[in-house]
Amino acid sequence: MKAIEAKIVVLGSQGVGKTSLVAKYISNIYSKEIGPTIGASFFTCKINLNNVKVKMQLWDTAGQERFKAMAPMYYRNANAALLVFDVTNYTTFSEVKSWILELQKNVQEPMFLLLVGNKIDLEQERAVSREEAIIYAQSIGAQFLETSVVKDQGIEQVFISIGLGLINLSSESKCSSMKRYESKDSLLSTHSSMSNLSGIQYYDGVHMAIDISQSVEANGIGRIEVGPWERDAVAHGYPQKSGWCC
Amino acid sequence: MSDISNFSDEEDSRQDDCALVDALSEINFNEHNIDSIRQNKLEESQEQKHEIHSDPASSSSLNFVDVDEYDYLHDSEWINQKCHVFILSTAGKPIYNLHGDEEKLNTLFGLLQALVSVVQTDDDCIRSITAKNTKFVFLVKSPLILVGVNKSNRSEQQIYNQLMDVYNQIIFIVTLSHMKSVYEKRNNYDLRKLVAGSERWVDHLLRNEKRTRICNSSFVSLTHSVRILPMESSIRDSITSTIQSNCNKIKNLVFAVLLANNKLITLVRMKNYYMHTDDLRLIFNVIDCSESFKSAENWLPICLPKFDSNGALYAHISYISDDCEACLLLMTVDQESFPILSNAKKNITEKLRRGNYIEAINTGMKDKGIKLKSDIGVSEIRHFFYKNKKNTQLLCSEITAPYIDNLDQFEKLEAMYYDLHNRIHRTSRPLKLIYEMHQHEIQLAWVTANYELYATFEPLVDKKSVIIAQVNKLLKWIRKEEDKLFMTGTHIF
Ligand SMILES: Nc1nc2c(ncn2[C@@H]2O[C@H](COP(=O)(O)OP(=O)(O)OP(=O)(O)O)[C@@H](O)[C@H]2O)c(=O)[nH]1
Ligand SMILES: [Mg+2]
Repeated sequence: MKAIEAKIVVLGSQGVGKTSLVAKYISNIYSKEIGPTIGASFFTCKINLNNVKVKMQLWDTAGQERFKAMAPMYYRNANAALLVFDVTNYTTFSEVKSWILELQKNVQEPMFLLLVGNKIDLEQERAVSREEAIIYAQSIGAQFLETSVVKDQGIEQVFISIGLGLINLSSESKCSSMKRYESKDSLLSTHSSMSNLSGIQYYDGVHMAIDISQSVEANGIGRIEVGPWERDAVAHGYPQKSGWCC
Repeated sequence: MSDISNFSDEEDSRQDDCALVDALSEINFNEHNIDSIRQNKLEESQEQKHEIHSDPASSSSLNFVDVDEYDYLHDSEWINQKCHVFILSTAGKPIYNLHGDEEKLNTLFGLLQALVSVVQTDDDCIRSITAKNTKFVFLVKSPLILVGVNKSNRSEQQIYNQLMDVYNQIIFIVTLSHMKSVYEKRNNYDLRKLVAGSERWVDHLLRNEKRTRICNSSFVSLTHSVRILPMESSIRDSITSTIQSNCNKIKNLVFAVLLANNKLITLVRMKNYYMHTDDLRLIFNVIDCSESFKSAENWLPICLPKFDSNGALYAHISYISDDCEACLLLMTVDQESFPILSNAKKNITEKLRRGNYIEAINTGMKDKGIKLKSDIGVSEIRHFFYKNKKNTQLLCSEITAPYIDNLDQFEKLEAMYYDLHNRIHRTSRPLKLIYEMHQHEIQLAWVTANYELYATFEPLVDKKSVIIAQVNKLLKWIRKEEDKLFMTGTHIF
């Protein structure tokens, strides 16, 4: 069986539901108490699609501004980006746009992009229309899906379309950083197996990679507060002893 | 109160026992003890450098401000909270408060800042204000001001220590140098932006002030120590060497910490670098309140203030496995080493499983503290905690009746321990032994060169000989089980 191994970065503003989405898919848990992500969390999962095993390594990043400086560490080698916004909060949609600009500026390798509008269970409070999101997704060559973690809607589709996107990307050999190999594992041992694709609704055809030709504009967002995590700010410690525990 | 100056604290067990006999025989158990303590307290408070005396008649400490501006001053629930903690910048910007909505507390923050700066104009620094039964303690560490307001019997020093822990937790999040640099650039900077998402760490640090569960955790902060997960020393050694062998070759790895249930299993460090208990307690606090660490491998920058308050370490934080809730932290100075650490963790888990150590850890995790009756066979001791001073490790007994099922009772017990701890460590007049009869219990505090023991006895044990015998039995048992109860020796990569 063919297998590919790919890195996926999950980006989006704080509180849009990135961690909820990933945790719901991977461990089928939903908890209000997970709390904001600090730094980043790393998840792995496997999915079988069209007789290809896709091994995903997901970086769920923190939406807090102070961790923004860490983001390049995660998107640098990513093969796909999952850009999440909250359909009830227009600002989070605008912030997705600035993430796209940053990716376009800094990532050379082709990348599969999936835009996700989460929290559609709160339809009454919707602030980002489906049409606007679709048009934007098309303009950047991304796919678009809507989800609700609370009502378990569209979660699996997110991962299936990432999987399919990655398979496409690898078959077109556009992506040199993705691992391809023959897997000896049986189908049974894998995490999730695709049985039917018919239930999925796509709002857009598959587009590959970021259109680098697109002009990059300043994002118009004010000073970004980054954390103290620059390279030269590393702890040194002092060799000393008294009063120290271990 | 007896101050036993000829009291000896020998290491030898027999001499320890004799010492206790001697010490106890010099104490007269009567009410006068209590009075003289009160006297001491008075004397001490008069010594305080910046005691601001307020008229006892107008003891509500804030009534010299325009009351109309405050919603909270009419909120008796807010006013009557036993403990408040406020953090603000030296410019007066609110950063954190334990209770209430900070929007409505702006004027109060302004007042606190004013108090600090008024004293500073005299080239001096405000330490505390006492108003009737309320203490205001200030920790001024530019660019931050921390204020603790406390109505309990906590001493100024104890409140100060608590503020210090909170301060360190903030540094843990933002690092001191970074915080200073943002304030240098902008004096009125809003630090909440940098702390955002981690406020719950500070909340959790102060959880004992909003208690919902009865546990030994406040004695850990009281004694500035850490608890150890009990296990056979041979098993602990094997777990340690599993970590060592998988991490030996990793460059730039500074610390590996394995913990479970707020207790340390083992710690391995880089040669010449040491982990301070205060830093370790912050780590415990953060792990304890971050449920989300359980479902993934986490990679985050942290600052250990005692290790280096001006620099960050990267921490790989993950739980051993679905069936083992022990948490492994691998701390490095290399931002790029996530894949290596992730791999090392995988190998460590595999080896622990093969050696059946997962089971040993899970067994240790069931431990809720020493069982006085079944483990040791002492029936008159209700509760104790014992601090091993050499390695600042704490041993606690299980909390049982009458404290376990009654929050009020437990809080009274806790308050008595805080009071004991304060009196025995008072800088102006440190003691070595306190023995006290209360209405519902008897308490003992004993400080030697090697350990500190705080214990609570059944109230009807009025025979000193019984107390002595029970304490000796306890100490003997601790000594016998030392290898299992404490982590001895240090381990380097
Ligand atoms: N109503 C509704 N709430 C949701 C949904 N998904 C997540 N939430 C809630 O949104 C809040 C934030 O969710 P998180 O998953 O922590 O958000 P995040 O994007 O990971 O946030 P950061 O880690 O801070 O970047 C939580 O309280 C969730 O319960 C959803 O589909 N519908
Ligand atoms: Mg998150």
